[in-house]
Amino acid sequence: MNVTGYLKDKVLHINLSGEMDECSSQEARTRCDKLIEDNLNVKKIVINLSEVEFMDSTGIGFLIGRYKKASRLGLPLFVSKPNFAADKILNLSGIYTLIPKAE
Amino acid sequence: MTKNYLKLQFYSLPRNQAFARDAVAAFCLELNPSLSDLSDVKTAVSEAVTNCTVHAYKGNLGIVTVECEIEDDTLHIKVSDTGKGIADVNQAIQPFYTSAPSDERSGMGFTIMQTFMDEFKVNSIRGEGTVVYMSKSFKTEVENA
Repeated sequence: MNVTGYLKDKVLHINLSGEMDECSSQEARTRCDKLIEDNLNVKKIVINLSEVEFMDSTGIGFLIGRYKKASRLGLPLFVSKPNFAADKILNLSGIYTLIPKAE
Repeated sequence: MTKNYLKLQFYSLPRNQAFARDAVAAFCLELNPSLSDLSDVKTAVSEAVTNCTVHAYKGNLGIVTVECEIEDDTLHIKVSDTGKGIADVNQAIQPFYTSAPSDERSGMGFTIMQTFMDEFKVNSIRGEGTVVYMSKSFKTEVENA
């Protein structure tokens, strides 16, 4: 799983790509948290899922973990562009009430 | 009548999770599944196999067995381990229940298997292991009807 980030208009965009499972999530967590810690003066964080080809329930745990971290720092967190399959899992978990979909 | 059978056995290594779900997905291609059905199967297998790595063997090396059988338009999947077993299956299958909350686990694995597959059953004996049985029927779409 690849994790990259960029800043635009004080928004931290984090792009995930590849397969999100238990095996790949550990490294993704570390890299995602580093991006957040290195960019504390943003106004929000958007995690872009458009290039995530596979996701199981590990993705829910991953997003809740990042949500808790962002909340501690007072930063709102959004997700964007999950594919059909990821959207099905995220809907089932009710996670969009905590982490809304960005436009 | 279509019949086919596959048996996979592998170590409970995290890197085998992708291998197992991709192998099962490839096996059921002969049923012409829709992309959405195929994705459901992959996800359910990923959940079952991950449970073996994370819970049954708790990071120790063990053997995971995945058996698949195609019977007409139905795929039957059995995922078994000889790990520590589940103390309380009814509790374990509750949405959001996790025995490892500190590890950022969602507790949604069994719920996903249950929701994404047509049939779902868990048998577990403490100290002996767990067997997860799931099945899904793929409705054949009539072309040029």
